[in-house]
Amino acid sequence: MLEQKRVKELNMKCKMIRYLTIDAIGHLGVGHIGGCLSIVEVLVVLYYNHMNIDVNNPKMEGRDRFILSKGHAGPTMYSILADKGYFDKKLLYTLNKPNTNFPSHCDMKRTPGIDMTTGSLGQGFSCAVGVAIGSKIKKDNATIYTLIGDGESQEGQIWEAAMYAAHKKLDNLIGFTDYNKMQIDGTTDEINSLEPIVDKWKAFGWNVMNVEDGHNVQEIDNAILSAKKCKGCPTMIILNTIKGKGAYFAEQAGAGNHNMQIRPEQIQKALKELK
Amino acid sequence: MYNTNVEMRVALVSEIEKIMEKDERIVFVDADLGKAGGTLKLREKFPERALDVGVAEQNMASVAAGLSSYGFIPFISSFTSFATRRIADQIAISISYAGSNVKIIGLDPGISAELNGGTHMSFEDVGIIRNIPGTVIFEPVDVIQLVKALPQIVDYKGMIYIRLFRKTTPQVFNDNYKFNLFKADVLKEGNDVSIFATGITVSESIKAVEILNKRGIDTELINVHTIKPIDKETIVSSIKKTKAVVTCENHSIIGGLRSAVAEVMTEEYLCAPFKYIGVHDCFGEVGKFDYLLKKYRLSADDIVEKTLEAISAK
Repeated sequence: MLEQKRVKELNMKCKMIRYLTIDAIGHLGVGHIGGCLSIVEVLVVLYYNHMNIDVNNPKMEGRDRFILSKGHAGPTMYSILADKGYFDKKLLYTLNKPNTNFPSHCDMKRTPGIDMTTGSLGQGFSCAVGVAIGSKIKKDNATIYTLIGDGESQEGQIWEAAMYAAHKKLDNLIGFTDYNKMQIDGTTDEINSLEPIVDKWKAFGWNVMNVEDGHNVQEIDNAILSAKKCKGCPTMIILNTIKGKGAYFAEQAGAGNHNMQIRPEQIQKALKELK
Repeated sequence: MYNTNVEMRVALVSEIEKIMEKDERIVFVDADLGKAGGTLKLREKFPERALDVGVAEQNMASVAAGLSSYGFIPFISSFTSFATRRIADQIAISISYAGSNVKIIGLDPGISAELNGGTHMSFEDVGIIRNIPGTVIFEPVDVIQLVKALPQIVDYKGMIYIRLFRKTTPQVFNDNYKFNLFKADVLKEGNDVSIFATGITVSESIKAVEILNKRGIDTELINVHTIKPIDKETIVSSIKKTKAVVTCENHSIIGGLRSAVAEVMTEEYLCAPFKYIGVHDCFGEVGKFDYLLKKYRLSADDIVEKTLEAISAK
């Protein structure tokens, strides 16, 4: 269990990361706001409470890695990495501007601290399996984290990689599903349901945990601690989240918040509510 | 002295085995074609570094990209059709866009898919890969060239597509051959016409050159083993000298060697009669090698005919 003080600190961090992310996307006026805000808590718990990384040595051998397979949530990653000190926070305002090193979708050749180039859905998760195999070969005891979208889980490659990760007994691999239950064209249940999602991952040979509130840092932390103890198979943590969490205008837009136009007054209101 | 009577796949795997012994960065990833590729023995010797993802080529490509990001040099392998067109997006994004150091082996290019037929017969793979930025495309003609190429392939940092005829090929080179991955081989110098050939059409072209020679035609024959980046210098100087061009490839005439040579000619304002041997915008079919060679008009006789046409148009 986290101490109450630590829970408060992490929640404050989430507010700040949410603020930076909404501000950066708002500055541009358009972006993947929904899927950026639904993963704030898990990224904060990982980057501030678990991952063995060194901002002064971003390529440190044997470091833990995080692969954001739903690459379109790059802006949340950039807010976290800026706050950790990988680069100046001012650079967040260059998001998607000409010659930026901060594109919508993660690019490891451009952004310090990004462990894999992602954006074509399904591929990052598969890359994470390769990374976890690499870590096993090198016996460096790193933990490899990866996060997939629920819509992304409709990609066949996710399940190719899932089968193989279990076959290779990759207990150094911890996956998260951002189960906000929405995709571009509607709800996942309307378009192509993932249910029974927990049973699916179990059937693929994974240790599965279902976090009822994917925005509760305590629940997320408990799940990660438990996953780290699991031996002999990879773990998938299903995070029940809200797409657009923490920005009223985005939450209200529902599935329309995947990649939406945002008016300055909406941004101002959202940022004020976070203060 | 290298044993030149072995199949290409045997030569490949025996060299990879030697390289894996010395270099712990090398990883081999199959997609259930270890038997066809002859790589099963690697798994016995290097159980951690010789993997088989099963029938899942997309996963094979992205797992390799993940391994590359961890400092490994993965080779991945499947039939050309599945090693390229089936995983074109994984090659584009996980491998090339991400700057991954992955080597892709495409087995049984073009008509060498033989009895596997149209579904397995890739005439478009070079065109697909050539359009993905940062890629290198290499097709060896015999075991000597393959064996000499492998250390350079390992040393080169970036994606290389190796279009590999699996079985025994006629010997073109001997042990003294000096290989350069980015330099085409001038197999015979000549003044009347330039034949640019690649892969299995090289040995057909050698036969064609002998026939042409008897007719008093002085042919220049160049093996373009690396189609991308193409050796512009050798191509330009040959065409400037002979002023007639024939390209030969076991591939569609769209997107492969013919296109690459034509691009060089337009860039350099070179104007010359241009004939080509290759597959004319159609799918493959089942058949034995010799039948398909005739069917798609890739044989020495066809090369002779096209070469004579090119010369007469000068």
